[in-house]
Amino acid sequence: MSSVETAADAQSGFGARLTSLGLRELTLIPALLIVGFVGWLNNPAFLTSDNLLNILQQSSELSILVIAETLILLLAKIDLSLESIVGFTPMLGAWLISSDPSLGGSGLGLNPALAIPIVFVTGALIGALNGFLVVKMRLSPFIVTLSILILLRGMTLGLTNGTTLFDLPNSFLYLGSAKWGSVPASIWIAALLYLLFGIGLRYHRIGRALYAIGGNSEAARVAGIQVDRIVWGTYIASGLLAALAGLMLSGRIASVVSSQGQNMIFYVFAAAVIGGVNLNGGRGRLVGALTGVLLLGVLQNVLTLSQVPTFWIDAVYGAIILLALIFARLTGDRAEDV
Amino acid sequence: MQPAAVEVRNVSKAFGAAQVLHDVSLSIPTGVSRGLVGRNGAGKSTLVSILTGLLTPNSGKVIFNNVEAPAQRTSREWRNKVACVYQRSTLVPTMSVAENLFANAYPGNPTWVNWSRLRAAAREICEEWELGVSVDTRASDLRVEQRQLVEIARALAKGARFIIFDEPTAALESKEVARLFERIRRLKREGVTLLYISHHLQEIYDICDSVTVLRDGCVIVPGADVADLPKEKIVEAMVGEQIARSSRRPPMLPAASTPALSVKHLSLAPMFHDVSFDIAPGEQVGLAGLGGSGKEQIAEAIAGLLTAGSGDILVGGVRLRPGHVPTAQLKGVSYVPRDRRRRGILPQLSVAENLTVSIQRTFGRFGWIAPRRLEASARQLFSALSIVASSMRQPVVELSGGNQQKVVIGRALASSPQVLVLVYPTQGVDVAAKEAIFDIIAAAQARGAAALIVSDELDELRNCQRVLVVFKGAIVKSFGADSSERDLIAAIEGVDA
Repeated sequence: MSSVETAADAQSGFGARLTSLGLRELTLIPALLIVGFVGWLNNPAFLTSDNLLNILQQSSELSILVIAETLILLLAKIDLSLESIVGFTPMLGAWLISSDPSLGGSGLGLNPALAIPIVFVTGALIGALNGFLVVKMRLSPFIVTLSILILLRGMTLGLTNGTTLFDLPNSFLYLGSAKWGSVPASIWIAALLYLLFGIGLRYHRIGRALYAIGGNSEAARVAGIQVDRIVWGTYIASGLLAALAGLMLSGRIASVVSSQGQNMIFYVFAAAVIGGVNLNGGRGRLVGALTGVLLLGVLQNVLTLSQVPTFWIDAVYGAIILLALIFARLTGDRAEDV
Repeated sequence: MQPAAVEVRNVSKAFGAAQVLHDVSLSIPTGVSRGLVGRNGAGKSTLVSILTGLLTPNSGKVIFNNVEAPAQRTSREWRNKVACVYQRSTLVPTMSVAENLFANAYPGNPTWVNWSRLRAAAREICEEWELGVSVDTRASDLRVEQRQLVEIARALAKGARFIIFDEPTAALESKEVARLFERIRRLKREGVTLLYISHHLQEIYDICDSVTVLRDGCVIVPGADVADLPKEKIVEAMVGEQIARSSRRPPMLPAASTPALSVKHLSLAPMFHDVSFDIAPGEQVGLAGLGGSGKEQIAEAIAGLLTAGSGDILVGGVRLRPGHVPTAQLKGVSYVPRDRRRRGILPQLSVAENLTVSIQRTFGRFGWIAPRRLEASARQLFSALSIVASSMRQPVVELSGGNQQKVVIGRALASSPQVLVLVYPTQGVDVAAKEAIFDIIAAAQARGAAALIVSDELDELRNCQRVLVVFKGAIVKSFGADSSERDLIAAIEGVDA
């Protein structure tokens, strides 16, 4: 009892009021505006619709991975393998399509209409394997998904001996390159998924079950929630989302690089956590995670436009993520949240 | 005159707007064992936290033996003056008994661990206190009773002469309670000062010299001899008004041809075997037995949390799918677990969602939840159970224990179940909440629900028309409402009366 009261005691002021109104998610918006303003001062090109769409398009794959990771984090689980699914599944698809073994392909020349479903099914199967190992074998999610991450990275390299696959059919690249109206399809897709999953987390039984399980999985089981089935299903869903993100990324850069997706998982976690998703499960919202993604995307863009030396961009990036975390704490997160 | 071992002077404490302690003063003379009682939310836990240095009061001070407590609240000095045995373990579960006994203050050289010396010193303590465990046992392998003894021994080894017991008997069986009391009496003989907190008033009479009563953060009785304060007076001081304690009459319902719940030859080795009983609609039956007798596992099997090895469970004549909670719920079984913190509440979710989590499927198609229907359904339970919360949106973890328990029971009632399985439904809640919970159960019975109360507290079994006694996994005896308490207890304990 007293620990709760202490926690309530410790938080006060403006941020606390935001939190209590359920608006913790909005605390990143001032930071977002500040970064944008600085970017505009440095280079007025920042505030053009081309550039803003560019930021959104470049963030679209990351944003979809963040949905996937948020679902998993809400369950108080973890999935490190997402970034390797981003690399492996499109690589497998492209490899099956390619008819020229000398360029690293399989020589099978598979029809894209078959290869694209295979990309998604593979993503789902990898998710199902993660889920099996976590749910049925009771292995630690961290080490399971880390192993899968390493395994898939290796398989991605092994499949093509580390080469990049080019000359892919347009249908394979469609999701990442098409425009619907004047806006890239990938932005539409990401926006739609955020809407869908955002509403689902709030108003669907399964969405609420994720919060229940993450808060207290034993109590959720007693309350009649089928915990194992939902955890397993969530891993499958996040594998699917990661495959989608992979296909979109390949489409955007019109090739599959053997290092595709590498290091993305760090930015996935950074975006989710500065967006208020709790690593201990049960707390966080998709709106918040989205502001996290946008902050990272805008930041990356501003750093590039401001001509920060290329080799220093990552360091500056890391420092600013750290600042964002501290900022989020000062403006309202409870001590245990980050 | 000898100075008081501990003195609390004009301590006030508020958390935000909530004033939890108002100008609390009390003093405990050296060597006295003092009981501390009060309803949930009276401020006992906060007072204990202040006494143990976990919380700083907004005003007032704590004085040990005429010396004001150190300002640096985490200091070793403070830890050496006072120790607390909680319901929950404060040992490091992965470390051995020896390491726990000397946590952070290893004998001999303070920097390097001398293992043989450590183990020898620990063995000495274990023998002195007849702990009956090897000093190399990991703390996580200890029974609750042994764990408490290690905690007491650790406190004494550090030189503490003032020990707080915060509901130490909550998870103990009656034999263990007797042994714990034996040790507490020995502490008293050795001149240790005690503060003893319990919901069981009888325990206060058994081992305390005097008693302090808190109500709503104020001291109502600063310290009176237990001999001068009969039970009714204590309850009156706790509650502020006289509460009628009555046992309820069972509802008059037409005799039903099909039992609401029928358990047939249910077995699950090694926990229980060949358990059979029926409960009629509107009937309340007790399932009593010691901890480890298997009574709680029988309840879990009925709820679908455990899969029985053989045998059948029928609800209204329909067989349940073994080990499947959702079908048990659909067929009309609701279950209230014993440990609400671990198995009951969904801490971050709101009161409304906690109340309705098991009936969400009725709030819309394809799993969608219409917020208005959820709200309406929750509001009904919320007011019917008089749950005290700032709003239905408040996270349930912020409620007091009694209100959390009402939420868990409310959830069980949400689906208008045919069978209510309640495991220690009033454990750790105050007198008024207890009566409210009995009222809630009675109302469900009047509606025609069968209730199974799994408990060995006579107070919780007092409304049952029958009490079945489980001993070592089998039902050994059945008692009617008019049988004597003494016989019932003898059967629970497995002694022939």
